[in-house]
Amino acid sequence: MTLGKKLWALILIKLFIMFVILKLFFFKNFLNEKFDTEEEKSEYVLEQLTKPKNTDND
Amino acid sequence: MIENLDFALVNWSRAQFALTAMYHWLFVPLTLGITFIIAFMETIYVKTGDPEWKKATKFWMTLFGINFAIGVATGLILEFEFGTNWSNYSWFVGDIFGAPLAIEGIMAFFLESTFIAVMFFGWNKVSKKFHLVSTWLVAIGANLSALWILVANGWMQHPIGMHFNPETARNEMLNFWDVFLSPVAVNKFLHTITSGFVLASIFVIGVSAWFLLKGREKLMAKRSMIIAGVFGLLSSLFLIYTGDGSAYQVAQKQPMKLAAMEGLYEGSEGAGLVMLGMPTPGKEYDDDKDDYVFKIEIPKLLSFLGYRDFNAFVPGVKNLVEGGYPMTDEDGGTRTAISATEKIEKGKLSINALAEYKEARKNGNDTIQEQSLKVFRENFQYFGYGFLNDPKSIIPNVPLTFYSFHIMVALGFYFVLLFVMVLFFIYKNSLETKKWLLRLSIFTIPLAYIASMSGWIVAEVGRQPWTIQDLLPTVAAVSNIDASAVQITFWLFAIIFTALLIAEIKIMTKQIKIGPKEGGH
Repeated sequence: MTLGKKLWALILIKLFIMFVILKLFFFKNFLNEKFDTEEEKSEYVLEQLTKPKNTDND
Repeated sequence: MIENLDFALVNWSRAQFALTAMYHWLFVPLTLGITFIIAFMETIYVKTGDPEWKKATKFWMTLFGINFAIGVATGLILEFEFGTNWSNYSWFVGDIFGAPLAIEGIMAFFLESTFIAVMFFGWNKVSKKFHLVSTWLVAIGANLSALWILVANGWMQHPIGMHFNPETARNEMLNFWDVFLSPVAVNKFLHTITSGFVLASIFVIGVSAWFLLKGREKLMAKRSMIIAGVFGLLSSLFLIYTGDGSAYQVAQKQPMKLAAMEGLYEGSEGAGLVMLGMPTPGKEYDDDKDDYVFKIEIPKLLSFLGYRDFNAFVPGVKNLVEGGYPMTDEDGGTRTAISATEKIEKGKLSINALAEYKEARKNGNDTIQEQSLKVFRENFQYFGYGFLNDPKSIIPNVPLTFYSFHIMVALGFYFVLLFVMVLFFIYKNSLETKKWLLRLSIFTIPLAYIASMSGWIVAEVGRQPWTIQDLLPTVAAVSNIDASAVQITFWLFAIIFTALLIAEIKIMTKQIKIGPKEGGH
């Protein structure tokens, strides 16, 4: 296999793994998946930011 | 009801981002620098018509092609992670990231990807001059890509030019130029791309040294070493200059990072710069242990580099946690620094005021809206502290930051020496006989990567716990997802990127062994 073919094969395999496997199955956009509108996303993040959390690491 | 934060989720998300960012960075700096080295060589070829220069240009272009092919799109993984693991953060940064990244997409990426095709496949198909212009545009485009992402990173280190919209929970850009020309961003961009120039120069010198040791391709190797030596030396000197600029900005904007870089717990006036030292293992900011097991320092230099005054007070970790030291604020006035505990209180005031504002808006209560917004705005600069409870949370990993910083600086000065030696012996026409220097040059290739990685560790570990300085800590930036999902993808990435790295090294070394004759297009 020539260098050029080898590199093209590597690029295509990598892009397939990244966009087809990882993006579709593991990296869904969290806010887009849960909410349809920008308002809902704002509301959710505002709630996350203002909800008291115990951040003591113990 | 108080929700317990899943620290496994935070830590795995951080580990995953660190892993993917570092693997991505393995491929980037070589691209940033070697494209310029190739452009210099091709320029000489077009000017002189000497086919030896064309051979050299094509050889290094092949190695660049391998690096580009394997590294391309590895940075997109980071964007996936923003959307999945760091959704609060992604929403919070608003259009601050959107604008620079959109410009990158439209301008730099298309510039780079369009002309890279001409660069690789256009030999004998387009004119020499058009091909040369394409090569230069690839170099410029690659570095412009870095510009926009580094502007975004600079904003995270020093958020400026925006205001936070409490209705949408997003930051909105007020002034593009404040973001773009922020001194943190400018220094970061210049320092980062020049580090890529230095790394690429060392790569070219190291590979050329291997040819000289093998007695092969002597003319190409020597010419490559001259180009890389001069480019590397000039870049190294500029790297020191921009490093000083970056450290100055860190002193002003992120004093805790500076204290960690120097392992300085107890601040002082006329603070010295540690040249060599070992921070005391297990040291806590409030115990009585000495800061260092041993240290060799240059008196007063840290004060000068950080504040341009040999007698300036440099706060240590303890001072920054406890406050009470004199400091200059953003407006140039002098005031007494407040403690981390007070900042946490102000941060909580700001968060509570935001919650009240949200409630009042829902209920249509204008008076409470106005009052809460006022309290929110007054304390917004400490907003992120409100997510913390323990003042110690603002201390990054001091030993890791200290050692990374000192390794980076020591290697940076060593690289200057290497470039000087290589150029000196080339000038004396005795480089080939200096086998030790040729071996040293090969051995220096991994050191260049270590220095480059160390720089990013200083920049990113040193600013913990923040994703956005003072405004959003990692604990508030993560998505509410399952930690085990992040763990799975962490290991997936570890396998994929390690495979890519092995492929890069194997293909690259094979191609180097083949050499320029068979390595052309």
